[in-house]
Amino acid sequence: MPPRKGLWMFLPLLAFLGLAILLASGLGRDTEELPTALAGKPLPEMQLPSLMRRGTEVRNDLFAGHWTLLNVWATWCPTCYVEHPYLMKLAEQGIRIVGLNYKDEPDKARDYLARHGNPFIEVPVDETGRYGIDLGVYGAPETFVINPRGEVVLRYVGELNDRSWQQRFAPVWKKELQ
Amino acid sequence: MKRLLLLFIFCLPLSVAAVEDIYQFDSAADEHRFRELLLQLRCPKCQNQAIADSDAPISQDMREQVATMIRAGRSNEEIVNYFVERYGDFVNYQPPLTPQTMILWLGPLLAMLGGALLVGVQLRRARRIARGEDIS
Repeated sequence: MPPRKGLWMFLPLLAFLGLAILLASGLGRDTEELPTALAGKPLPEMQLPSLMRRGTEVRNDLFAGHWTLLNVWATWCPTCYVEHPYLMKLAEQGIRIVGLNYKDEPDKARDYLARHGNPFIEVPVDETGRYGIDLGVYGAPETFVINPRGEVVLRYVGELNDRSWQQRFAPVWKKELQ
Repeated sequence: MKRLLLLFIFCLPLSVAAVEDIYQFDSAADEHRFRELLLQLRCPKCQNQAIADSDAPISQDMREQVATMIRAGRSNEEIVNYFVERYGDFVNYQPPLTPQTMILWLGPLLAMLGGALLVGVQLRRARRIARGEDIS
């Protein structure tokens, strides 16, 4: 077979380079992090019992007029123990945190907060995980930033610590991009 | 050979059984829908499994929710939309055609066309060589 002519010769090389670039761009990506379907939308309707104030219900109006973190936690979640001291620190700085107790046993949850301290201004209880599905939660911990209009600004999956705060939360916390 | 085949046949049901909890439905049609939906919905936690064969707690919850919605008489479309609204297109193993998913749908087609083109070019070249034409 005679040698091929012209640019056709480079086609396989080009195809290879194209594929290499495409695949390389996927390498560093965090596949655990899914975009939330809720971004910019109001927090799903909440009507959940309160862990500490027994007999009362937690509703969406709790979020009106304030910037709030909604942290999804449970006593069965190891990473929640790890991030708990950081939540305490944020609470001390005056950041409002609501802690959704997700698929947990209320007695264990109360015990946990008594032992490790309570960084939450309110703890709605989602024993069945139904509200978790409304939020698009698939594990714990997850943390949402809710703006004063009660809309979801950010969803973060994984441990909340100084680094993730600086990288993900600080850019949006109390900042409206209009 | 026969024994090998038998062995293979005995292995088959195991791979299909997967996670089959105790879900009761009014009709066989509903049960069929349930199975279909379980295969169409993707587990958001484990990522490359349908909720049909995932043991993640979230998949259990989602199966429960699918069953509840089927019993409540909701259509397949309503049920899939319910999850897409909450988890995004990610949970749907039949993603809609949007600019972002274009490559998913058109990629295979393009690859096939490219291949056909390549084969065509080679064929013509071979024919010309066979006819004794000078192609250099």
